[in-house]
Amino acid sequence: MATPSSPYEEMMKGLWRDNPVFVQVLGMCPMLAVTNTAVNALAMGLATLFVLVGSSFLVSVMRSLIPKQVRISSYIIIIATFVTIIDYSLLAVFPKIHKELGAFIPLITANCLILGRQEAFASRNSVGYAVMDAIGMSVGFLFALLALGGVREILGEGALFGFNLFGPNFEPWVIMILPPGGFLTLGLILLFFNWVTERRKQAQIEYQLAEERAS
Amino acid sequence: MTDAALQNFLWIFISALLVNNFVLAYFLGLCPFLGVSGKLETSVRLGGATTFVLIITAICAWALNTYILPHAPYLRLISFIVVIASTVQFIEMLIKKLSPSLFRSLGIFLPLITTNCAILGLAIFATNREYGFMESFVYALGAGGGFTLALVLMAGLREETEITEVPKLIQGTAFNLIIAGILSMAFMGFAGLFNS
Repeated sequence: MATPSSPYEEMMKGLWRDNPVFVQVLGMCPMLAVTNTAVNALAMGLATLFVLVGSSFLVSVMRSLIPKQVRISSYIIIIATFVTIIDYSLLAVFPKIHKELGAFIPLITANCLILGRQEAFASRNSVGYAVMDAIGMSVGFLFALLALGGVREILGEGALFGFNLFGPNFEPWVIMILPPGGFLTLGLILLFFNWVTERRKQAQIEYQLAEERAS
Repeated sequence: MTDAALQNFLWIFISALLVNNFVLAYFLGLCPFLGVSGKLETSVRLGGATTFVLIITAICAWALNTYILPHAPYLRLISFIVVIASTVQFIEMLIKKLSPSLFRSLGIFLPLITTNCAILGLAIFATNREYGFMESFVYALGAGGGFTLALVLMAGLREETEITEVPKLIQGTAFNLIIAGILSMAFMGFAGLFNS
C-alpha cells in the first residue's frame, strides 16, 4: 500500500493529526507510569524513539522475508531485541535514569504503539517511508510524554526538569505525581485536544458556508 | 507450612490485589482496561483469560529464571515474550474451540493479551524480587484478581454513565480516564492496610 504522500508528510502526521497518544490512544502504560517528572518522560520518549525507529527499519527491510503466519511473533522478537540493546546501554551510560525508570524500560516491548506501527505501516512500506513514519510517531509520543510529565511535575513538585519554579511558598499538589494524577491529567489533556479539534472543525464549516454564500 | 510463610503469601496476594493494583497503581494493562470495559460480562471473561495467562507466565518465568537464564541473562526479555506469545496463541485456539461466542465478543483484544504490559510486567517484577515458585503463583493470582477487579469496577461505572447525559466534548477516552483517576484515588486508600 504505497501512499502518494511525501516522506515529510508521513513524518508530520504523527505529530498532531494522527498523534499516537491523543488521537489513537496507544502506548498508555509507559505514558502514565513514568511521567511523574519531565526528565523521566524525556528519557522514556528517547528510548521509545530508538526502539521504534530501529524496529521499523528492520521490519521494513525484512518485510518480504517474514512469513505472514508468524509475523506478529517476528515483530515482537525484533522489538524485544532493540529493547534489550537500549536497556543495557542505559544501564551502562545513565545508571541513575535506568534505576528511576526501572521495570518500565523492558516494558517498552509491550508498548502497543510500537507493534501497531510495525503491523500497520512498516511491514507494508519501503524503508524510507517506514523510518520517517517511525520518527514522526515517536516524536509525537515524546511530545505527549513531555506535555504530561511537565504538567505533573509543575503541579506536583512546583518544579520543571528539577528546577524550582515557584519558590519555597508553593504547596506541592502531591496527588499529581501519584497514580491518580496521571489519569486525571491525561483525561484533561485529551479533553483540551478534543476541544481544539472540534473548534477547528467548526471554523472549517463556517468558512465553507461563507464561501458558498459568496459564490 | 509455617505461619510466617503463610503470612508472606497473604501479604503478596493482598498487595497485588489491592494496594499495588496493577491497573490503578502501576498503570499496567491499560489498553484492555480502556478498551474492553464497556460491558460487564465481557470484562469478567477477559479478566479470567488474562488471569490464566498471568499464572502460566509466572510459572514459566520462574522456571526460566531458575534453570536457563543464569547462563544467558541478556535473553531474559526475548524468552519471556516468546513464552507469553505462545501461551496467548494456545488460549486463543482453546477459546475458539470451546466458546465461539466468547471468541467473537473478545475480538481483537484476545491476541492483544500478548502486548498487555501487565503480563510482561508481572514476569519482570517477579524476577526483580526473586520470587520462588509458590510466591510467583500467589503473585500472579493476586495480580490477575486485581486486574479483573479493576476491569469489572470500571465496566460497572461505564454502564451507569451510558444512561446519563454526558457533554459531547468529554465523551470517550477523556471521560474514562477521569473516571479511572477517581477510582485510582479510591484505591490509594488501601495503602493504609499495612502501615497500621
